[in-house]
Amino acid sequence: MSEHSLCQEFLSQISDYLDNNIDPLTCDELEKHLVDCPNCKIFVDTLKKTVYLYQQQEADINVPSEVRGRLFKVLSLDDLTH
Amino acid sequence: MQEREPISIKALKAGDRDAFAAMVDAYSPKLYKLALRMLGDPLEAEDILQEAFLKAYRGLENFRGGSKLSTWLYRITANEALMRLRKHELDTVPVDEPLLLDDGAEIPRELKDWCCLPEAELMSAEAQDTLDIAIKALSPTLRAAFVLRDLHGLSTREAADVLQTSEAAIKTRLLRARLQLREILSSYFSERMERLSNV
Repeated sequence: MSEHSLCQEFLSQISDYLDNNIDPLTCDELEKHLVDCPNCKIFVDTLKKTVYLYQQQEADINVPSEVRGRLFKVLSLDDLTH
Repeated sequence: MQEREPISIKALKAGDRDAFAAMVDAYSPKLYKLALRMLGDPLEAEDILQEAFLKAYRGLENFRGGSKLSTWLYRITANEALMRLRKHELDTVPVDEPLLLDDGAEIPRELKDWCCLPEAELMSAEAQDTLDIAIKALSPTLRAAFVLRDLHGLSTREAADVLQTSEAAIKTRLLRARLQLREILSSYFSERMERLSNV
């Protein structure tokens, strides 16, 4: 993968591509490359999936109610908790 | 964090306790998540959260409003977390030195397509543990960039403002973090695919 110049170019722009932060022409070129290069396709798919899995995990994290209670107490705001 | 600041800065500076409580309620979930991701330990995350709000309380009179309230609170929390990590010497270096391209981007080594694994596999307890291990293996600065950008949805500029660095530095850190995480997860899920195919 790394020996292919288009793959290297793709790699160097992968973050901007994922963030939709590249111009439409470059985006088209990269997407055409993805059709021809199975390795880059796997790479971008697994990279997207990696971020997605962390985002899913993040959605399950909540502040425990006892943590909130202790925080309000430390800040002397416990008379204002609802 | 694109939403409008819901808290009156004027009321906060005037010592309005209701306004401060509203600020704590509005921002503590995000700041707790940031601290938990950075430290990886609920007790330390709680400690960081308390310390951050105490510092915010003491520093309110010096808050000039040059940045958003949320950015200011994120900065206090991130600084606290990074200081704690330095103190504990938890700054870990990846075991494998990454292969680098000319521009510093890493060359991917794991190229097996594990996206087709069933959701139950991707979200299993073992997979969740692997996600935790992988994020802890990032250096604190890479971790902070990844958490703020990809998990909290801050823009590059906002993350740069929080971490008091350049936008270019945030972009580089985010790329390196994403690549390192992908490598570790790919290694784990590729092995899972092989194990499943041998059952």
